Amino acid sequence: MDFSQTHFELFGLPATYALDRERLDAAYRELQNTVHPDRFAAQPEAEQRLAMQWATRVNEAYQMLKHPVNRGVYLLSLQGIDALHAGNTRMAPAFLMQQMEWREAIENARAQRSPDALDALTDDLRAVHRRIETQLGDLLDGVRDYAAATEAVRQLRFMDKLIAEVGDVYEELET
Amino acid sequence: MALLQIAEPGMSAAPHQHRLAVGIDLGTTNSLVATVRSGMAVVLDDEAGRSLLPSVVRYHADGVVDVGHVAQSAQNRDPHNTIVSAKRFMGRGLADIEDVASLPYRFVDAPGMLQLKTAAGVRSPVEISAEILRALRQRAEAALGGELVGAVITVPAYFDDAQRQATKDAAQVAGLNVLRLLNEPTAAAIAYGLDNAAEGVYAVYDFGGGTFDISILRLSRGVFEVLATHGDSALGGDDFDQRVFCWILEQGRFAPLSANDARLLLTKARDAKEALTEHTEVRVTAVLSTGEMMDATLTQDEFNRMTAGLVNKTLVPTRKALRDAGLSADDVKGVVMVGGSTRMPCIRQAVADFFRQTPLTNLDPDKVVALGAATQADVLAGNRAGDDWLLLDVIPLSLGLETMGGLTEKVIPRNTTIPTARAQEFTTFKDGQTAMSVHVLQGERELATDCRSLARFELRGIPPMVAGAARIRVTFQVDADGLLSVSAREQSTGVEASVQVKPSYGLADSDITRMLKDAFTHARDDMYARALTEQIVEAQGLIAATRAALAEDGALLNAAETAAVEAGIASLETLLGGSDHHALKRGVEALNAATTEFAQRRMDRNVRRAMAGQKLENFG
Repeated sequence: MDFSQTHFELFGLPATYALDRERLDAAYRELQNTVHPDRFAAQPEAEQRLAMQWATRVNEAYQMLKHPVNRGVYLLSLQGIDALHAGNTRMAPAFLMQQMEWREAIENARAQRSPDALDALTDDLRAVHRRIETQLGDLLDGVRDYAAATEAVRQLRFMDKLIAEVGDVYEELET
Repeated sequence: MALLQIAEPGMSAAPHQHRLAVGIDLGTTNSLVATVRSGMAVVLDDEAGRSLLPSVVRYHADGVVDVGHVAQSAQNRDPHNTIVSAKRFMGRGLADIEDVASLPYRFVDAPGMLQLKTAAGVRSPVEISAEILRALRQRAEAALGGELVGAVITVPAYFDDAQRQATKDAAQVAGLNVLRLLNEPTAAAIAYGLDNAAEGVYAVYDFGGGTFDISILRLSRGVFEVLATHGDSALGGDDFDQRVFCWILEQGRFAPLSANDARLLLTKARDAKEALTEHTEVRVTAVLSTGEMMDATLTQDEFNRMTAGLVNKTLVPTRKALRDAGLSADDVKGVVMVGGSTRMPCIRQAVADFFRQTPLTNLDPDKVVALGAATQADVLAGNRAGDDWLLLDVIPLSLGLETMGGLTEKVIPRNTTIPTARAQEFTTFKDGQTAMSVHVLQGERELATDCRSLARFELRGIPPMVAGAARIRVTFQVDADGLLSVSAREQSTGVEASVQVKPSYGLADSDITRMLKDAFTHARDDMYARALTEQIVEAQGLIAATRAALAEDGALLNAAETAAVEAGIASLETLLGGSDHHALKRGVEALNAATTEFAQRRMDRNVRRAMAGQKLENFG
């Protein structure tokens, strides 16, 4: 196993934020078809162990590239930037304000036990998520502004957390 | 002279004859065994032509053990020693079982996993399940006329690590080689998907006697990718029986029940539930040992009313699974119904309403899991090229560690595709701290005490440093069975500790050895002979596989390397003539070690080939 290979190289993809999802999925399936432990269950132990290591590596790489936040973090790490480093807290005040408003909206929906309000909120959050993804693509692949890209990745992560919080409220209303 | 077989390029299938492998559905209420014969998955029946083996075990004082129908027929007569639904106790402590008071057993609380007192002594749920597995193994070996190379055993997708490990231990005690633990809904998806050449997103709603699972899968070009799974490992048809049982108690206004009468009424409750699948009402009558009587009619409407809460309880995990998969009910192309409890009309209606489509019931809900498991066992045993399909499954519950203040730090989130590994760094809390305790947890809750404790171990020998200076890297590895192992390493000094996560429920390797011995004493089987046979089979398999690899890919080795591998084969062959299974085991390990580098080169080459094919396809 060549650990110096990047996740992009492993799947034979260009190292860009813009992603050909079908190509990634096809390469992932092809690789798992080759290395998955189920292919080696009747084989000697050494090969089974190796298959597990390979399949683990392929799964990790796939998770990293498939997920919008992870892919951004990974591309920045290839530039030597630790986007999620605890000391890295730069964030536009307007975005932080917006965050607080969304949190209030989630609280209101919870208090009113209103699935409709949650649905509307989910749509809003997803739309913003998509917008930041587009910006991030431009920052990483186009203008190569890694400082701004780092901030965008962190914003995306905030959005993921909000979406997860909405999920928790749905759950609360259901039980 | 036998002809040499040549494996397909890229595949390392060793030449061999058809290897006997089975799929086992170890159910709460009933269990089944299936195999692939002439390319078709079939359930194996007992000598009376019955396919379901009731998951009931009865212990006699003289050590005789009854399994299945014989045991089931004694459950009202001998409720303390006749264990029904032992699966519910696998990897569970007494505190985990909600309805302890209404069960007729004599429980013994033991660390991690409860035990049961029977006429034959105290038994662990692992041993009880092993009796069921052994009965199925014997059924299969009689039907197939030979020893099994292995079995795929199904578990509820929502089983946690302790429950999975307990299942694997039970198989070991039953003398079965586990090819894979397979999630029940995934097994059903194989049986269904391959039968129907399905493509798209499917939900598998699996409601059995004691467990509920929901899995959302994407079927695409032969890949079964589980997107999310959820469930309730303590919700099943048994709970519906309990509701009817309570209704019977209300109707009968009985004095406190003896264990026998309680068992009798539970059986009546179950019969009534089953009758309501076909009829709109059922008459329930019973005469207790005290002479008390009851005679009442239960209507389907009344039944639906009193079980509506249970039906709803299955929809909560269903919504969660969809949310985790990032999908809505409308994205689901078909809903496959699995498990005996999906026969209840109220369940079918609720599922139809939720997904706004008629659920698929064309495969026997009792058999579909075993059939899928058998199909997978056939592939894993190496009986087919195996590139027809691939399963990508997930872990159902997050895995994590306890951190300061009793909080849970998630290391691997639920619904991560397996196998997987994840590392997390921790540091010391006090100056000069030389040991660190690692507490491994499974569950979604924030407080460690609300999650299931899987293991505790200590990393010792950390050199004294100021607080926060040590770098302790804890690595979680989850294998294709969904089983976890954890290792910890101090980065600057390399001090290491690791565990195969087993301990919390208290079954050590020595316990398993004892259970195996007990089992063999009763079965009048020769453990030593069996161990030798197993080692011989393994050694022969390894030699054949290594020879096949040399024939196919010898070019990847230079002359000296080839000679070393051949020497390893030769020395293992000499050991084959002997009768020392320990020596044989060491020989197998030595040849495995000698071929590690060779295996790596073959794998690297296969990966390069696969990716080269990809590029061509993409340009084409």
